Amino acid sequence: MQTNHLLAMFSGVLLLLGLIAFFLGRAKAARVRANGTAMYAQPDQYAWFAVVATAGPAITVGAVGAFLMLLLGANIPTLYLLAGSLVIAAIGLLVGMSQVKPDFHARQAIERVIRWVLVAAAMISIFTTFGILFSIIFEALRFFQMHSFWDFITGTVWNPGASFLAAAGRAEEGGSAAQFGSVPLFAGTFMITGIAMLVAIPVGLLSAIYMAEFAPQRVRTLAKPTLEVLAGIPTVVYGFFAAITVAPIIVNVAGALGLDASFNNAIAPGLVMGIMIIPFISSLSDDVINAVPDSMRQGSLALGMTKGETIRDVVIPAALPGIISASLLAVSRAMGETMIVVMAAGMRPNLTANPLEDMTTVTVRIVAALTGDLEFESAETLSAFALGLVLFAVTLSLNLVSVLMIRRFREKYRVNNL
Amino acid sequence: MSHSFDEISAQLRGRHRKSARLKWISMGALGLAGLFLVLFFADMLNKGLPAFQQAYVQVELEYNEDAASMGRAAMDPEVSRVVSRSFERLIPGMIRDNPDLLGTTEQRWVLTNGDVDQYLKGHRSKLSEAEREVVDELVDSGQVALKFNTTFFSRGDSKMAENAGIMAAAVGTVMTMLVTLAIAFPIGVMTAVYLEEFAPDNRLTQIIEININNLAAIPSILFGLLGLAIFINFFGVPRSSPLVGGMTLALMTLPVIIIATRTALRSVPDSIRHAAFGVGCSRWQVVRDHVLPLAMPGIMTGSIIGLAQAMGETAPLIIVGMVAFIPDVGASFTQAATVLPAQVFTWAGEPERAFVEKTAGGILVLLSILIFLNASAVILRKKFERRW
Repeated sequence: MQTNHLLAMFSGVLLLLGLIAFFLGRAKAARVRANGTAMYAQPDQYAWFAVVATAGPAITVGAVGAFLMLLLGANIPTLYLLAGSLVIAAIGLLVGMSQVKPDFHARQAIERVIRWVLVAAAMISIFTTFGILFSIIFEALRFFQMHSFWDFITGTVWNPGASFLAAAGRAEEGGSAAQFGSVPLFAGTFMITGIAMLVAIPVGLLSAIYMAEFAPQRVRTLAKPTLEVLAGIPTVVYGFFAAITVAPIIVNVAGALGLDASFNNAIAPGLVMGIMIIPFISSLSDDVINAVPDSMRQGSLALGMTKGETIRDVVIPAALPGIISASLLAVSRAMGETMIVVMAAGMRPNLTANPLEDMTTVTVRIVAALTGDLEFESAETLSAFALGLVLFAVTLSLNLVSVLMIRRFREKYRVNNL
Repeated sequence: MSHSFDEISAQLRGRHRKSARLKWISMGALGLAGLFLVLFFADMLNKGLPAFQQAYVQVELEYNEDAASMGRAAMDPEVSRVVSRSFERLIPGMIRDNPDLLGTTEQRWVLTNGDVDQYLKGHRSKLSEAEREVVDELVDSGQVALKFNTTFFSRGDSKMAENAGIMAAAVGTVMTMLVTLAIAFPIGVMTAVYLEEFAPDNRLTQIIEININNLAAIPSILFGLLGLAIFINFFGVPRSSPLVGGMTLALMTLPVIIIATRTALRSVPDSIRHAAFGVGCSRWQVVRDHVLPLAMPGIMTGSIIGLAQAMGETAPLIIVGMVAFIPDVGASFTQAATVLPAQVFTWAGEPERAFVEKTAGGILVLLSILIFLNASAVILRKKFERRW
């Protein structure tokens, strides 16, 4: 029989056992209570306890068995495993029934189980982080066994070239050796991130200043959600916008200035990414500026400073840790951004300082390495995980610094809503 | 050194001018951001709206013996030059399925090929002079016209632009989102309930909290690497399937739902909990019967916003292979599928001019769904939000 059928039968039988447990348990509890015995719990609670006793251990055994099969390669026939679980379910049913006694705290027992289920759910987020970390590190280590870590960090030539031939055991025919120097990729990433920040930080910060210090309430309530729309647009849409609309404009403008620009220039994705990031900076900076205590503004105005001077010399310096924190978050966001650069930036690793040339980024190479029909074992595929590892480390440290800065700001001014 | 009053008041005027300048500059920045938004939507509408119309041609179909093997033979040779090949290919099949058709004739509006469509919409097309004249004549006689594009909303992907539609991607999106919601919603709400209502303030709780904030900031593409390495390579979930896509997106949506749920739970006043404890409820009964129902509107709003975010996500889905070419509208959680943003990505990579319009059309559909979702989240919050 197929595994699917087995699983369907297993769930069916388990469901049936659960239903039996529920109704038998309730009937028995109701009988005991009808006799006039005072019980610790309601009949329904005994019934639910019987259900939990039936299904809980059985499902746990099934899941643990499945895990053992996958993790340790233990060869347990699915049929035996599921049959075993069902036997345990039947035993659980009997235990559950025998516990329908007046002096058994069924409700407390259920709530202990619920609590453990909640803990298990909370652990999933931890497992996810470790899952990401381990999956990336494990594959990246395999990559670093093939190519040295030092070359990866300092090499200036990224040329996976014929590495897929090496994986197929035909390295000799494959011409020049593959080179994995990630410097050009990071140069491209920093270039595009830098352009994005040049757009996003001034526009975002000034918008935040206007909304927090100058704008009338009506403008404020309208402008904030409108800016948020920019953050809600899918990145694939921005990528299309950058590639089809913005890039040709930039080529034309550059042409009019007598410059030669590639259609995959770094400015188009940088510019569009900057637009996307404006709301991150403006919304966070707005909150921070609003959190600066009014007494500071009053003190400054009382000394005869104009409004502009108050903002420039008092409010902004006070809010600076929060603003820097917002900008760091935005940088980390821009570095990990994928679709805009995949669609609008180039594919050619290119170490240059000219933003009009085509450049590629870390995320573009990750996508390129994993979307072809390559063998998973090849160095090029595994290089995606090495790049992912560096990306993970960089964004994680940016986030941590950002959290520390905002915490310092919060402690200084004793605000709690940031 | 002393200044005259005139000098001082001139200095003061200068300082106030500077102050006013900051106001105008910052207002300009906000205006610039708004201008970007307007330009962006105008550009998308301009490029995408034509996709909702498609050129159709009225042809007289003669179901004869020749047409049973070669669809082109059923049509007037002059007219058949403008008909889409995707329709010609269907004719032999139609005759095979329904032999009674043989020997009959029928008037029918069918798809033209992509070049005619682009020509009618005033774009560049590869039509020759002679072909243009034929098309112009047919337009004058009312046999070729732009009509509402039903193909776009009922078909899957196709290599021929005129025959490509978003239905397969839409179905894929719905299935992927079902998986995402089925995993992320219960786990997210349970995690938030644990952290807010049950957890003791110890190391483990702090680690979980830091972790969740971190997860929210990890680049989405890394979730794709997780999906590839763990779900596909380790657990053997079928590649490109809505199942693996939904699981990957669920992990990404989880922090959004957890954070929204925690905010909603925190906004329920403690007096409610005290009252429930006072009449003898257990902790779980307080949460289940009083706190959760009161927090539900906030939880739903957060989940809808998280869902909208996941719906627009592309990068992790590309990594787990959900950019497959899906010509048929199918519904299976374990077979290859594609989603709307991935379809947009695929079309954006097609070299043909006609696909630009399809891409923008797909984007408009995607954006309308997202706007609808976000608007309903806002309405939900406005309608059910309680201020304590």
